[in-house]
Amino acid sequence: MKEKKPRGELTTQEAFLLNHRRHKHKILLLRTALLIFFLCIWELCARSGIIDSFFFSSPSMVVQCCIKMTADGTLFTNIGITLAETLISFFLVIAIGILSATLLWYCKSASEVLEPYLVILNSLPKSALAPLFIVWLGTGMKTIIVAGISVAVFGCIISIYTSFLQVDPEEMKLIYTLGGKKSDVFLKVVFPSSIPTILSTMKVNIGLALVGVIIGEFLAARRGLGYLIIYGSQVFQLNMVITSILILCLIAVLLYQGIRQLEKHYERKL
Amino acid sequence: MQQPFIHVKNISYTYPGIEGEVEAIRDVSFQVYNGEFLAIVGPSGCGKSTLLSIIARLLEPSGGTISFQNPDGSLHYPRIGYMLQHDYLFEWRSIYRNVILGPEIRKNFTPDTKEHIDRLLKDYGLYPFRDKKPSELSGGMRQRAALIRTLAINPELLLLDEPFSALDYQTRLSVSDDICKIIRSTGKTAILITHDLSEAISMADRILVLTNRPSTIQAEIPIHLTLTDNSTLAARGAPEFSAYFNQLWEELYHERKETAG
Repeated sequence: MKEKKPRGELTTQEAFLLNHRRHKHKILLLRTALLIFFLCIWELCARSGIIDSFFFSSPSMVVQCCIKMTADGTLFTNIGITLAETLISFFLVIAIGILSATLLWYCKSASEVLEPYLVILNSLPKSALAPLFIVWLGTGMKTIIVAGISVAVFGCIISIYTSFLQVDPEEMKLIYTLGGKKSDVFLKVVFPSSIPTILSTMKVNIGLALVGVIIGEFLAARRGLGYLIIYGSQVFQLNMVITSILILCLIAVLLYQGIRQLEKHYERKL
Repeated sequence: MQQPFIHVKNISYTYPGIEGEVEAIRDVSFQVYNGEFLAIVGPSGCGKSTLLSIIARLLEPSGGTISFQNPDGSLHYPRIGYMLQHDYLFEWRSIYRNVILGPEIRKNFTPDTKEHIDRLLKDYGLYPFRDKKPSELSGGMRQRAALIRTLAINPELLLLDEPFSALDYQTRLSVSDDICKIIRSTGKTAILITHDLSEAISMADRILVLTNRPSTIQAEIPIHLTLTDNSTLAARGAPEFSAYFNQLWEELYHERKETAG
């Protein structure tokens, strides 16, 4: 038998773990370095006049813009509004998605009848509907939330319903052999086994809800980050536009990570 | 043992299909005695599982009747425990929450039931594992957990639908021995469906051989083995074992030849 070869004073396992950690640190370092490199190039180009900072802004101008907008309170109110609209849309999408998928599961003929319509509505570019929502609902939060919902809801229904259908018929038979009814099949098997799919649908839909909300704000808002972007571009305040876009990036990442944490929590519980 | 418990009379089952009706079962009649272990063997796809589903009232037969005379003389439909081909333990529930599924669904999880289930878990060596997830258990233990889930509703009749077919050969031998002993010790009436002839001979008191679709009864073979102890492993070594095996094989082979010709 071959003896474990120590590398220095480390065993093979320890060396492996050390390498693994080093590798992870290296990746993180390179990622951060790439960001800093990009920001530096941007700043340098703007200062040396290679790019026109009036159109392309610069990191220092973004920071100044942030400070100014924080001081007059516009930044956090607008972030708050976009965030609230996105979260409301998102929760409504998930609620409508689960409820509709449940009803479709209970009523198979309804799902067969509705299937082509769901597919059409899902593939329709939802931004085309936004002008209609404005006419029907006016310009305000209601329209924006509906726009947010419209982008995500059909896909959400379809993915949750599909996962309901993927339950092994023998697992359903088990519930019937134990004396259960259709509602027991749903509550004890179909729904719990679809929770991982629901969580991954949530990860997609939080982003989609944000897309819908920004489209809505472009067209029908007087407040919110989407409004700041449109307003800024119209009055050539490109610092404001770019600042808002960067904040949107941040919000998108944070919302996604929030759902990811929820998913991790569920996996740990399992 | 001599009192007939289940009377299956002229059961037939036909189901409609796009390419015409399919006759799965034709005129099957048999009786099962109280405390008896009956095995049903037949070619695959012959409608054995359908027959079991009909007895369990999961399917309505196209014709015929099934009646019961319970040991206490009453005629009500007995509580039925059904074991499927896989254990189907749910990963999102602990072993304990898996085995209480029956009483939970029937909404009669009383202190008595809890005591009954705890006793089953202790008797069959799963009590220390009750808070584990199914994936943390071996194949044999999972199958035992599935049996406890079946026994938790205190069934008067056990229906076993090829419960060992998903296991590897070694596990299968020990688990079938295990489960056969448990069922024997409870004295419950059981019907086992299998395509494994050795398994049928080693476990059952009597074997029904079904023909290809539409299923009818080809033969009925009572099994009497000279046993040193009551394990299925000992049964496989009994002197009469190979004779029964050949007889069953002949029946099935004969049937296949007839259908082919």
